[in-house]
Amino acid sequence: MWARALEEITAPSDGEGTEMLAKLVAGLIVGFARFITAVRGKWEGIEPVDGQRVYFANHASHGDFVLIWTVLPPRLRQRTRPVAGADYWLKGQLRTFIGRDVFNAVLIDRNRENRKDDPIALMTAALDGGASLIVFPEGTRNTGEMPLLPFKSGLYHLGKARPDVDLVPVWIDNLNRVMPKGEIVPIPLICTVTFGAPIRVGETQAKEEFIARAEAALLALSPKTAVP
Amino acid sequence: MTAPHPHLLTLLAGLAAILVAASAIGYVLQWRLSPDGSNTVIENLNDRIRAWWVMVVLMGLALIGGRTGVTLLFAFCSFAALREFVTLTNTRRADHWALAAAFFIVLPAQYYLIWIGWYGLYSIFIPVYAFLLIPIIAALRGDTDHYLIRIAEVQWALMICVFCVSHVPALISLDIPGYEGRNVLLIAFLVIVVQISDVMQYVWGKLLGRTRIAPKLSPSKTVEGFVGGALSATLIGAALSWMTPFTPMQAALLSLIIVMMGFFGGLVMSAIKRDRGVKDWSHLIAGHGGFIDRLDSVVFSAPIFFHVVRYWWSVT
Repeated sequence: MWARALEEITAPSDGEGTEMLAKLVAGLIVGFARFITAVRGKWEGIEPVDGQRVYFANHASHGDFVLIWTVLPPRLRQRTRPVAGADYWLKGQLRTFIGRDVFNAVLIDRNRENRKDDPIALMTAALDGGASLIVFPEGTRNTGEMPLLPFKSGLYHLGKARPDVDLVPVWIDNLNRVMPKGEIVPIPLICTVTFGAPIRVGETQAKEEFIARAEAALLALSPKTAVP
Repeated sequence: MTAPHPHLLTLLAGLAAILVAASAIGYVLQWRLSPDGSNTVIENLNDRIRAWWVMVVLMGLALIGGRTGVTLLFAFCSFAALREFVTLTNTRRADHWALAAAFFIVLPAQYYLIWIGWYGLYSIFIPVYAFLLIPIIAALRGDTDHYLIRIAEVQWALMICVFCVSHVPALISLDIPGYEGRNVLLIAFLVIVVQISDVMQYVWGKLLGRTRIAPKLSPSKTVEGFVGGALSATLIGAALSWMTPFTPMQAALLSLIIVMMGFFGGLVMSAIKRDRGVKDWSHLIAGHGGFIDRLDSVVFSAPIFFHVVRYWWSVT
């Protein structure tokens, strides 16, 4: 009954009501994230100022981009769109509402065989529209013991297509402990989000070389890489 | 809710006056010595004073709110402290349900028992029921790696952050003849003596500190700071006897107990921080560190103060 009531409220429409509800829900989600994680942004290689960016982060939980979003100043938050899998976020009206209306996500089709739109084209279109992006180059949630999964090549192609946009490594720490895969109750733990120095794709840089550099830049921000 | 007791209003006005003076001194220091914000000691001092304003205002509102106000405030402090503590532990996926129970069942239940004043249960709820329940939940998940360490960590987290802290609002339910309706002032007395002692130890340590007490645990704690701070806080505690059921001499003795426990509590919590390789529990309170950094002395003194007062003064 609950779910149906929610679905009725969140039924897709482009009216003002939806927009207001989306803002309210966004505020609730940010408030909840702060309550559980007391998240703190550490700006170590770049300042939280205007400028178009692609934030690339490690991915261990569905809450990852919520945390990045939470630590961004509201003005930047409004213009920052997560890139997420359409297969997950278009399933059911509630998810669609949250993915599309609340987070304004750029939804890409992860199915290589029969997808219509090229993900890179969707992302560059969003950049051309003035948005900043949050991407997870590992492509899927990392639930193993490895600190980072090998990156997919999307970040390279994106950086190649829009070479003037800063690619900012963002390390999200501890969120995998807050809500491990398969759990439904989050454990309150303090999380940090560390923003490192931006990188760009060099003109002559080979794909593998750039990917290795991007992975190293992200891993360098992890407080745990020093600890066994 | 009845109107706040005149003593409480006097006390809050006094605290506000002290903070106004502290803010003025901090402002002058900054203006004379650190106009560009380059003197980190003065910046930290001003951060601390600003945080004190927030803490005093919250504490004042809670005291005016009576039983419900203080229970809610310290329940929140316990939540924030537990969040900091568990962040630094070795818990694993298999502890997920045990931790969820600690946060969302044990903590609210303990404060509910405090709120309804059920001494017989809140004084054993965590050391008996929670301490048996949590290992059971964790064992059911079947992960035995570091099991003993993980359980000990969660149990100690509950002891420190929930059980001990909850003895501050528990003071409300003591029944002291001739002191009816003023129990919030006991809370104020405890918190003020503990915090004044911390502040005075800091001040005396900065002025005269030479000999370190425990260089391995806490490089900033000195014999001079401790003695000066303990004596000042004991005197201030005696001077506050007007708002307590104690004579000045009793208030001084109780203050000394509070101060000693608070000091050792600070050392114990420092030992945990050293063990975990951190300087502060978190960064949530500017200038002070985390909630536990501010609560560590209260944690150790609250249960002792509660039981001493209950044994000799309370009729329940």
